[in-house]
Amino acid sequence: MEFPEDVKYTKEHEWVRVESNRKMVVVGITEYAQDKLGDVVHVDLPDPGAEVTLGDSFGSVESVKAVSDIYAPVSGKVKEINDTLLDTPELVNEDPYGEAWMVKIELADASELDDLLSPEEYKLHVAAEEEA
Amino acid sequence: MAKKTSLFDHHQRQKAKMVDFAGWDMPIQYEGIMAEHEAVREHVGIFDVSHMGEIEVQGPKALEFCQMLTTNDVAELKPGKIQYSCFLNREGGIIDDCTLYQLGPQHYLFVVNAASKDRVYEWFQKNAIDGAFIQDQSDQYALIALQGKKADDLLTAVLKKDLQSIPYYGFAWLEILGKAVLVSRTGYTGEDGFELYIPWDHAPKVWELLESKGLQEPFHLKTVGLGARDTLRLEMGYLLYGKDMSESTTPLEAGLQWICKMDKGSFIGKEALLTQKEKGFARRLRAISVLGRGVPRTGHTVWHDHKEVGLITSGTFSPSAKMGIALGYVPSELAIGTHVDIDIRGKKIPAKIVKAPFVSSNTKKSNK
Repeated sequence: MEFPEDVKYTKEHEWVRVESNRKMVVVGITEYAQDKLGDVVHVDLPDPGAEVTLGDSFGSVESVKAVSDIYAPVSGKVKEINDTLLDTPELVNEDPYGEAWMVKIELADASELDDLLSPEEYKLHVAAEEEA
Repeated sequence: MAKKTSLFDHHQRQKAKMVDFAGWDMPIQYEGIMAEHEAVREHVGIFDVSHMGEIEVQGPKALEFCQMLTTNDVAELKPGKIQYSCFLNREGGIIDDCTLYQLGPQHYLFVVNAASKDRVYEWFQKNAIDGAFIQDQSDQYALIALQGKKADDLLTAVLKKDLQSIPYYGFAWLEILGKAVLVSRTGYTGEDGFELYIPWDHAPKVWELLESKGLQEPFHLKTVGLGARDTLRLEMGYLLYGKDMSESTTPLEAGLQWICKMDKGSFIGKEALLTQKEKGFARRLRAISVLGRGVPRTGHTVWHDHKEVGLITSGTFSPSAKMGIALGYVPSELAIGTHVDIDIRGKKIPAKIVKAPFVSSNTKKSNK
């Protein structure tokens, strides 16, 4: 299982790559999340321009067997979405940290970044979930 | 502690994802539901379904007992033949569905759902008659399903025996690696294929034999878990007990009148069915295709004319048809072709009542 070092994580299994001097983040779901879901068949994303609030559901990822919400890891404005995922949702299984990025959010409050999990913390979180 | 089939070690070795299913530790998927599903539709898949229950009934009154307990006409069977059937309570509710094998002149084998087996066995005991000996044989039989277009070719190659003499819903006892195995041309996928009832501890050897041949050209055999078993059966519109039928649904509501032989004499639940037939019934199970984007799931509501009218009992994304498909109970008057909406996570998604199957069936009968 991969836990890239260049991103932060949430307990809801999103990864967050901080860009542009802490003004912008790129968000996707982790390898662990896609593995739990299995074959992804639909991805629902917010409209560009939408305002999102930390912790709110702003989209979903659906597999053959289950559906899972995507939660905003930070508050801000959706600047861009990866609409190739709408037609090729299987990218989420194939390349969760790369081609299957989901949204870019312009941060409202950069201090929210400090609450995200480090790779090490997220690894422990996954291990704890696997135990449960 | 969940029970394990005799093939458990094989599943672990293949790194299957395991789940608790009806008290059994079963593989839900190996490589992935889509790939496994496709393997069965295009080539051939092998499944461990040893969790299924087997109950044998034999003796001079075995036929009488089977007639009383089931809805289909057991007198139409003969040794070597199988029928689909179900058991009802006195109110006409379905206790379980089953396949019924006639093993010999006074000897029958019921194959029932794992989750229902204890309930069915109790029901049998409660309605037992002298001259019909009932035996739970579930721990004697392992069950391997071999399903797909190439299932016949693969099993023929392995056994070096022509299997054409086994018709759809027929079986024969064949020797595999020194032991007698019941080989039936049945399944739960809509493809041609077999189910092999094997002495419990002998199953790993048979599995290895099938696998070693199946992995060679041209078979492309894949191991298939319960996840794809569910998408395969749903594409055919096959019902699953506990989801699409229960003790509070009758076979008329579930669309199973074709296995209710009202002229065969009396059986438990018949009076209730006759009454319901006369009075009519408010709801029935229908196949529903999603027209928009979205995957219907158990518990989603069905809407018609801006009113909530029904409930989805099984739903999935169809790997073959690439759309959402479902079974659900809707008002009886809503005919095939009626447009409805399904409330999928708060969004009304357009859908349509259709005739099952959702994709065409390739079982031996439907081929001819």
